[in-house]
Amino acid sequence: MVLAVLGVTWSWPGSAPSAQTVTPNASPTRIISLVPSVSEMLFAIGEGRRLVGVSSYVSFPPEVSSIPKVGGLIDPDVERILVLRPDLVVLYATQIELVQRLDRAGIPHFSYVHRALPDITETLRAIGARIGVAARANAVATEMERSLAAIREATSRLPHPATLLVFSRDPASLRNVYASGGYGFLHDMLDVAGGANVFADVKRQRVQASSEMLLARRPEVIIELRYGDSAATADIPNELLVWNALASVPAVRNHRIHALVGDEFVVPGPRVVEATRKLANALHPGAFAR
Amino acid sequence: MQPIRTRLVVTVTTFGLLLAAALAVAPLLGSTPLSLARVFDRTIPFSDNTDAQIFFIARLPRVLTAALVGASLAAAGVLFQALLRNPLASPDTLGVSSGAALGAMLAITFHFNLSFAGVPPIPLASFAGSLGALAIVYALATARRRGLSTTVLLLGGVTMTSFFSALILFTQYLADFTDTFRSVRWLMGMLDVGGYTPILAVLPMLAIAFCMFATLPRALDLISLGADAAAARGVDVVREERLALVSASLATGAAVSISGPITFVGLIVPHLVRLLVGSDHRLVLPASMLFGAAFLIACDLVARTLFSPIEVPVGIVTAIIGGPFFLWLLVRARP
Repeated sequence: MVLAVLGVTWSWPGSAPSAQTVTPNASPTRIISLVPSVSEMLFAIGEGRRLVGVSSYVSFPPEVSSIPKVGGLIDPDVERILVLRPDLVVLYATQIELVQRLDRAGIPHFSYVHRALPDITETLRAIGARIGVAARANAVATEMERSLAAIREATSRLPHPATLLVFSRDPASLRNVYASGGYGFLHDMLDVAGGANVFADVKRQRVQASSEMLLARRPEVIIELRYGDSAATADIPNELLVWNALASVPAVRNHRIHALVGDEFVVPGPRVVEATRKLANALHPGAFAR
Repeated sequence: MQPIRTRLVVTVTTFGLLLAAALAVAPLLGSTPLSLARVFDRTIPFSDNTDAQIFFIARLPRVLTAALVGASLAAAGVLFQALLRNPLASPDTLGVSSGAALGAMLAITFHFNLSFAGVPPIPLASFAGSLGALAIVYALATARRRGLSTTVLLLGGVTMTSFFSALILFTQYLADFTDTFRSVRWLMGMLDVGGYTPILAVLPMLAIAFCMFATLPRALDLISLGADAAAARGVDVVREERLALVSASLATGAAVSISGPITFVGLIVPHLVRLLVGSDHRLVLPASMLFGAAFLIACDLVARTLFSPIEVPVGIVTAIIGGPFFLWLLVRARP
């Protein structure tokens, strides 16, 4: 019934005051998620079937391949979103224009903010509560927190090597090297995995590291994250050779340069546990049980 | 007035000393304090010597790149301003820079994996882009046999720039998240080349362009009096104009492919130098190259030290320093 009312207001956005009075559905069944990590969370809670639309940039879990794609952060396809008749749209808090249009159409929405590691389980609990499965979401979140705590526990007594965590750079050269700064979920994951971020003092999500900074910070381990096209198209073993130009860096001298491949490193969703475990294995080979 | 030879010696010496000072001081300063004694200590193996590596791998190539790029852009600015008889002309005017930028954007977005003689894919694609743009500029300049008027060249340049900009934006729109910010960053200019290979790769192109520059000043002076007057004094106007166009575009393309588009150097340095030494191209061209080199070295020094460890993109520094300074100079200068 509610949907039928909305169906009329969609055709006349802004002209139907009745849309504003619709109470948000406490158990939405037609969810669109423009945020890949939240889509993963819904699948992790076991509610993936409620998704009727997902971000165009999502590839996990495999089930999403059959769900309609509706754009992403900068290019949400509003028309398609409206046609799918959602009763909840999960979007980025910065998508103000989209929020206004959904408000006009009377479609409830859930804002997502990309921050640090503890915010991931917090978001998981919040989305669970929003769609009426608070207990199950809480169980998944608690299990994630327990696993992360176990990794932290296992690595806490091991030495924490000075680590450079690179998530993007130009091919075949050390230009445009972007590394995790001392804030955000990548930094937190590195911390849990038992690595000391060489850019911990720079309280930003990303740092552009010049050759001088790479040399001066003297990382003992370099970890390059590869995902999406940067994993598919690159000759990774050859790519790692470019670091040899910085011979005085301990990680280069001791051959402790690793490439970790997978989208789980850049999607702050339930797979951060698995990603953190992979980081811990790279940082503490042998010492850390799989 | 003193004879040109004396003025040339004085001008080149003065600006040469300025550049020498910049070249000597800039590598000593940076985000990390260095011990000079350790830098030049031959008893420590190079691969163990962090100070020496910072000096020779991080700073020196960066300062040399700034010098080459600054000199190229300033010279290209002088030539384009003379050639198009327009004070607003700059190395970006004819679309060569945007062509280079488009090449780089395509390489970043579509993950080109081609490197050649140690030159990584992005500078390579960027240089190819600038050559493509150069070919179009040349076709415009040689169209209808006798070449196009400066007005048509200017309009053609503006059109090409808009055309390439649209393709650049479209390419960025297609790009992945992380690639998008790398490509946006590329457009702000970056001199951290991390070694000497990229410098060696553009050096032949720049050498050719610089040799062509050396033949041009006399003809440019005469052409600036008017094409007919120049022709009457035996200048092959069409040939000289083409030479200037090709050499300036080649220098711009090579410079942009290594550093990304760095704005303002090519626009303000020639004006600044003209205010100081007059309008004789025999003085303006070498002085602009020397001053452009010193200016970009100084801007990059600011870029890498001001908020370290966070760097300010050098193209932003040149605009922020260059813009207000140039306005002040315009207001202050007597007509």
